[in-house]
Amino acid sequence: MTRAIIGRAPRQGPTEIPTIDMSTSLGNLHLLAPVLTASGCASSGRELDQFFDITLIGGIVTKSVMLHPRAGRPTPRMAETPSGMLNSIGLQGPGVEAFIERDLAWLDQRGVTTVVSIAGTSVDEYARIAQKLRNASGISAIEVNISCPNVDARDQVFACDPDAAGHVVQAVRRHSDPRTPILVKLSPDVTDITEIAQSVARSGAHGLSVINTALGMVIDVDTMRPKLAGVTGGLSGPAIRPIAVRCVWQIRKVLPDIPILGMGGIRTGLDALQFILAGANAVSVGTMVFNDPSAPLRVQNELALALHERGFGSLREAVSYAHRAHADGSVVDLRPGDHEDS
Amino acid sequence: MPLQVKGEILDVRRVGAYSVLSITAPGLPERTRPGHFVTVGMGGEESSMVLRRAFAIHNVQERGVYGGSMDIVVGLNGPGTRWLTERRRHDPIDIVGPLGRPFVLPKERVACVLVGGGYGSAPLFMLADQLRERGCRADVILGASSEDKLFGVLEIKRVCSTLTITTEDGSQGLRGRVTDILGESIEKFDAAVVYACGPMGMLEAVADIAVAHRAYSQCSVEESMACGIGVCMTCVLPVIGDDGVTRMVRSCVEGPVFRGDRVRWEDVGTIPADALGAPAEAGT
Repeated sequence: MTRAIIGRAPRQGPTEIPTIDMSTSLGNLHLLAPVLTASGCASSGRELDQFFDITLIGGIVTKSVMLHPRAGRPTPRMAETPSGMLNSIGLQGPGVEAFIERDLAWLDQRGVTTVVSIAGTSVDEYARIAQKLRNASGISAIEVNISCPNVDARDQVFACDPDAAGHVVQAVRRHSDPRTPILVKLSPDVTDITEIAQSVARSGAHGLSVINTALGMVIDVDTMRPKLAGVTGGLSGPAIRPIAVRCVWQIRKVLPDIPILGMGGIRTGLDALQFILAGANAVSVGTMVFNDPSAPLRVQNELALALHERGFGSLREAVSYAHRAHADGSVVDLRPGDHEDS
Repeated sequence: MPLQVKGEILDVRRVGAYSVLSITAPGLPERTRPGHFVTVGMGGEESSMVLRRAFAIHNVQERGVYGGSMDIVVGLNGPGTRWLTERRRHDPIDIVGPLGRPFVLPKERVACVLVGGGYGSAPLFMLADQLRERGCRADVILGASSEDKLFGVLEIKRVCSTLTITTEDGSQGLRGRVTDILGESIEKFDAAVVYACGPMGMLEAVADIAVAHRAYSQCSVEESMACGIGVCMTCVLPVIGDDGVTRMVRSCVEGPVFRGDRVRWEDVGTIPADALGAPAEAGT
């Protein structure tokens, strides 16, 4: 391994951000930085651009777009929970045509790496959205949301059935630009997430987004009725982080080479580092954007510092590191300048 | 454009059933217009309360020793607001704002009636002040269930043209609701605009009365929000657009102030069947 040179950036305010190679890739999607937003938590980037320069992070993952405009579910759509929240938005959105015209055009012009999340209620709908996106410019990758819990029929969640999940992936691949990497977003609400991961990988997914929200429910003890109009909702935030890290770890074990975009309750750089060490090649910051609108850039800077402090010269060295140390049965000391033997 | 700043608590004081927090918020006061709101992070950086809480901006001080400060009014609704009201002088506080679309002010010198329900009166003080500066009448009606739930009765007298109080239990002012006397007030002062902030039921009644008396209404809604900046889509309500189409719009960025005659009040909490993107009816 090449000895990494760890320099120091000029002082930037109170926190010194080490110059460390943070570039990474998800298949043939090359990213200058490893932190992205998460679908449904950043709209199409424009609002967050008021709080930080969105071109400085790895990219924007847009809110899942469907074929037609969709009003979503009634309110209340949200309930705060310990270290997290439940949402039941129900995929409200403008439909793919308006999305291309307004949101994607803006992202393209802004020069942002854009991962377009798509959702459908049938294999055919996914195919038609992919077809519509095929000739649009400004798409760096497609994330196929097969795991939104806020759909009318829970038994139609493609992510819960390896065959159905595979069919969606095949349809999207057939109808999209072959140069566009396809990420598939998985649900934690399955008996064995590695089974779904392997099925979508076999069907041609270039990478996996791990994880979507976990299905949850809150009852309002004053009204004695479910708190959400949609009754159940997706649980997100730090509360689900250990589940997400476990899912990344399990998938990395069985699929050593598949690109993984890890997410689930990332609040700090150290949280992001857990995902990287567990096997994620990049991470998304989702719900914590609601808490801190500049969280993605902050997490990215904190991650650089955390990697530097642990002696990593680049982000890539840290990917799946927990598996390697685990296999050795020993902890490798990786202080700066003393890591050529790793 | 909103800012995200680390402010500091200057003062927390009880006013009736509420607490008023004075906080430094560098850069925000000069950007604030009546009707804007801020969100506040709850419980510090490690908090298990991950969602920010939204508060109408009550007052701003652009200058002074603190380089800009503002007041917000907090009602005790749960653990988040309890934490907030337990803050002490010099405690740090995480502020994002100013957010939302503020009240639209009339271009001409017309009479305005301002209606506040409970601590919904909070944003009306700056509004009354600015209306008077423009030479507009600002006749204020404040109402609540009981006297302790009224907010700012003495303070608003300094900026309003007239003040009328209603309480449902009759503990102060007229017994009844603000809407009982709103129509009469619109006629008496020949008001062209009604501004309102308070519970949704009150806003619905205000909007209807304004229409009946041919006044324009501006209602500031209170919907529960997760982000306050337009990314989470939790705070939507059905609003009729200029094109006549009903859309589920975000109250944080397209509101919180809406034209009263554009909000489909009776359909709040539902997706009207004719809203853009509403689920198709079975069999159609």
